[in-house]
Amino acid sequence: MKPPPFRYVAPTTLDEALAALADGGPAAKVMAGGQSLVPLLNMRLAQPSTIVDINRVAGLDELHVDDDAVVVGATVRHARVLADAEVARALPLLGQAIGHVAHQVIRNRGTVVGSLVHADPAAELPAVLALVGGSIQLAGPEGTRTVAAPDFFLAPMESSIRGGEIAVSATFPRLPATTRTAVEELARRHGDYAMAGVAVAVDVRDDRVTGARASFIGVTDVPEVVDLEEHLVGQGSTDLDVTAAVAAARAAIDPVGDIHATADYRRHLAGVLLERALRTAASPIADKDAA
Amino acid sequence: MSAAASARAGLDESTHTVTIVVNGRRRSATVPARRLLSDFLRHDLGLTGTHVGCEHGVCGCCTVLLDGDAVRACLLLAVGVDGRDVTTIEGLAAADGGLHPVQQAYHDHHGLQCGFCTPGMVMSTCDFLAHNPDPDRDEIREGISGNLCRCTGYQNIVASVEAAAAVLRESGMDPRSRCPSSESGDAGAGALARAGLGATPNVAGTSGRGPHGKGGPADDRDAAHAEAARVAAQRQRDDVGSGDPPDAPGSDEDRDGPGEGST
Repeated sequence: MKPPPFRYVAPTTLDEALAALADGGPAAKVMAGGQSLVPLLNMRLAQPSTIVDINRVAGLDELHVDDDAVVVGATVRHARVLADAEVARALPLLGQAIGHVAHQVIRNRGTVVGSLVHADPAAELPAVLALVGGSIQLAGPEGTRTVAAPDFFLAPMESSIRGGEIAVSATFPRLPATTRTAVEELARRHGDYAMAGVAVAVDVRDDRVTGARASFIGVTDVPEVVDLEEHLVGQGSTDLDVTAAVAAARAAIDPVGDIHATADYRRHLAGVLLERALRTAASPIADKDAA
Repeated sequence: MSAAASARAGLDESTHTVTIVVNGRRRSATVPARRLLSDFLRHDLGLTGTHVGCEHGVCGCCTVLLDGDAVRACLLLAVGVDGRDVTTIEGLAAADGGLHPVQQAYHDHHGLQCGFCTPGMVMSTCDFLAHNPDPDRDEIREGISGNLCRCTGYQNIVASVEAAAAVLRESGMDPRSRCPSSESGDAGAGALARAGLGATPNVAGTSGRGPHGKGGPADDRDAAHAEAARVAAQRQRDDVGSGDPPDAPGSDEDRDGPGEGST
């Protein structure tokens, strides 16, 4: 349970980091928080030639909120995003999701962008990025490019980031004031990977649902957004009939069974959690505070 | 594997001189890049109070404070925290051996059985109470949820955290800092602390010396920690001793005994 040997560089500028990554060749690996990478190293599931530690790269630790979006730099820790009052006002969904990410001790070190790049289908943040229609900014030898969530997540643990590229930030667009969100998940132990989970966004105007969509955690290969509008639009927000929406969601997801839960159980659970999340999101704010 | 051995094996590995302020004192060693912070503390610095359980970030036994935030030492490369400030379990008790309020609470409420998870539990508790000084029991359970106790002694751990929170609120002390020495020379409290230290070594770690982090050097003047240091030094060899300035270089020079085996 010790990492394999590797070369280590800790550049202080993005250009140096890109050069170091290029020098390291195809087996070089970028490290930010390391909360997924170091376990992989310790278990010898990853054997990089070079680790490019980007924690000292200037400018990657910026957390920026403006009228349009929350932009999270590559070395911004989960804990910082969770504690940021401005983020909480701008996009409550981020805090709702990050509260489910592992434990405080992991959140103190792990990064939001790192979680996205890791592209674990059981992670919360890919589902959130997909739900809000966000994107990831990548820097590479040929310049920078922005990749939208649907094009970024290709398969479990696989993103469209290319060799030699570094994810420098993630952009989470803010939702309209009429859109309410919730995240529900269930794990056998608090902080473990969820057996199933869901993030929802429900548009409510004059106590009527005008739109709804969901993105699932741990029950799909990649975080697809399931549009539930046709099943919910026009309903009273405090008196939802979620039957059709839940059935549609259970048909749309593709859970895999494992030692923790069978595929059928995960499918069932995803529906139950979707119902809870929809009711939580659609209910008036005061009720949510009291809950 | 040494760098030379790696080279013989055809492995490409870089080595780095890493300097970290540990429990208020500058320590350094030259290590391969793959040295985990947990192993750096235990093997290179001889601070075996930080325990290693799962080595993949699940059990929480190796939790230490990095610039005041609780982190898994087994999920950090030592070279990655070069220049930073680390507090281990050895950095909590006062120079005179008096237990830190969190340690004292674990002792008073039997918050440990075998003691293996205890250093991590205590460090997590310190970070948790710094952020949430007045938690309810549900919040406490969430606060320690990243630490596993295989003795399943959670009821008493929760009671310990609750008691520590009350003491810390009253004293106003930052739970992440080293406990100040008793100025009054309260014999009863000192005896209790020493008894606790002797009975529950894993709560205490070793006594260490000097204040944590940015504090002043006041505690270094207090030489009355001999008893506690003697007990602790049998198990865990921190920088107990005398005369070294706080910025004494080179853990290699400091390394005068086996760093392992206390667990």
